[in-house]
Amino acid sequence: MMKKTKDRFKQIVENFYLVFIMVFLYAPIATLIVLSFSNSKSRTQWGGFTLRWYIEMFKSATIMNALQNTLVIAFASALIATIIGTAAAIAISSMKPFPRTVIMGITNIPMLNADIVTGISLMLGFIAFGISLGFKTILIAHITFNIPYVILSVMPKLKQTNKSVYEAAMDLGASPIFAFFKVVFPDILPGVLSGFLLAFTMSLDDFIITHFTKGAGINTLSTLIYSEVRRGIKPSMYALSTVIFVTVLGLLIVTNFAPGRKRESR
Amino acid sequence: MGSLIDLVGISKGFDGTLVLDDLNLSVKENAFVTLLGPSGCGKTTTLRIIGGFEHADKGKVIFDGQDISSLPPNKRQLNTVFQKYALFTHMNIAENIAFGLKIKNKPKAYIQDKIKYALKLVNLDGYENRSVDSLSGGQQQRIAIARAIVNEPRVLLLDEPLGALDLKLRQDMQYELIRLKNELGITFIYVTHDQEEALTMSDTIVVMNQGYIQQMGTPEQIYNEPENAFVADFIGESNIVHGTMIRDELVEIFGARFACVDKGFGTNAPVDVVIRPEDIDLVSPEEGTLTGVCTHLIFKGVHYEMEVTTPDGFEWLVHSTDLCPVGKEVGIHVDPFDIQIMNKPASEDEEAVGVNE
Repeated sequence: MMKKTKDRFKQIVENFYLVFIMVFLYAPIATLIVLSFSNSKSRTQWGGFTLRWYIEMFKSATIMNALQNTLVIAFASALIATIIGTAAAIAISSMKPFPRTVIMGITNIPMLNADIVTGISLMLGFIAFGISLGFKTILIAHITFNIPYVILSVMPKLKQTNKSVYEAAMDLGASPIFAFFKVVFPDILPGVLSGFLLAFTMSLDDFIITHFTKGAGINTLSTLIYSEVRRGIKPSMYALSTVIFVTVLGLLIVTNFAPGRKRESR
Repeated sequence: MGSLIDLVGISKGFDGTLVLDDLNLSVKENAFVTLLGPSGCGKTTTLRIIGGFEHADKGKVIFDGQDISSLPPNKRQLNTVFQKYALFTHMNIAENIAFGLKIKNKPKAYIQDKIKYALKLVNLDGYENRSVDSLSGGQQQRIAIARAIVNEPRVLLLDEPLGALDLKLRQDMQYELIRLKNELGITFIYVTHDQEEALTMSDTIVVMNQGYIQQMGTPEQIYNEPENAFVADFIGESNIVHGTMIRDELVEIFGARFACVDKGFGTNAPVDVVIRPEDIDLVSPEEGTLTGVCTHLIFKGVHYEMEVTTPDGFEWLVHSTDLCPVGKEVGIHVDPFDIQIMNKPASEDEEAVGVNE
């Protein structure tokens, strides 16, 4: 009897704690989403439901331009980083243990490095080499910080791949390149795809590095919101933030579940 | 019959450790040759050099009179069956088997016929559309064999193909492989560390240790006339004792003189003597050349395994269907042709050096 009450109490505390954490984490975002539908410029009063800010957002040329930049950069940088990162992962996995550990350590540093340091150093690098800041420098910067994520998601798949599968394909007459694309690539494809999605999300999400490498006259969504907010916040920015949040959330869900589902169905 | 594959002076090292040292081997057409040895003896490396997956540091691989040392695996007329099957898991069985034929641009009808034929040959008819994961280990290995043989290789290389299977399946597959070899009429080069597998299937066994060929011969030769202590010890169980060759056809072991059939070792020369446990006859103490006391007795099913300790302290391993109770004094008798005399290696190194005269 005593034990049962104790368990019950424990259960209540656990649930309360969980709810508390959830509220803490998501209340601000929920506020943002609610305000994006509020027909009032006030930040404290509910002015009735409206899609006005969303319409305003879609009508604004600056926002649409920034959205286009963001998507193009995210897609292109993720694609290029995936190609480079996959090739790098293959090379790293065939190294001897010691150099492999060293190279993996080096590729991990940019991920652990503070974004602001990466951003400033990239900016200085571009200026030092006389590359004018603009669309292409953002793209290069995004490719740079995306590569480690691709390597990290492809590596485990490569480790699982039986090396003799590649040799067997060669043994049956396949050239090394044909053998790779026909038998090794399908095995690591889930890792490559999740690497691509992760890179896409990271690029979509980035503010600091983009801020330092973008130069004048070009904006992505995150830098646009930042500059708008400094001039006084408009509810259309709430709408935009909501759209970004939902997109990133959706991508994260896809990234986390897609490879798993694929493995199970096989 | 000429040789189909010749390995000439092959040496290979990994990270400074020599794995193969000046290895010479020739394989005749239609032979079933087994490379046998403990792990790390260089047998798999030898096979991989023939297959083209490793390149020798020194030496040549001659295939049908042509030097193929520098050809990549996809340009060699050989196919390999790997230890871990190495099937393509994202393709079904038919696609796996068709892989090599599609690369060679064979017509569709021909490929279909070949798939059918190969599946029949490995007793898996009707498995075309199954997925790799739905097959047991033994079935997967048979598909791996089918995938290799549809390409009509002149030589099939098999790298411990039965290593991952359980005992019963392994024995069945041994007979299956012999049957396949006879039906296909091609050369098999087989790598294993299992001496029973080697004795059952091969025409020729190549016993390897530390990168050297220790002995090459028919299974009977390898078993009955091992050329050195390593081969005697590795193939089956044996009693290896120090002896002195008094003169031709007479050897002294622990002070007792045994008649034998070996000649040419000189007089009073130190030798190693190999006597198989099943070749020792236990007789009454008066009749025995040596006498000892039975110290150990185990029933093994087919025979009893006994240990007879002679006064000098050596424990003779004896296999016999006649029981000798522990503690009983017995005589040891060995027929002259059951005694195998070997030269004593002067050092550890010499033991490993080639003895394949």
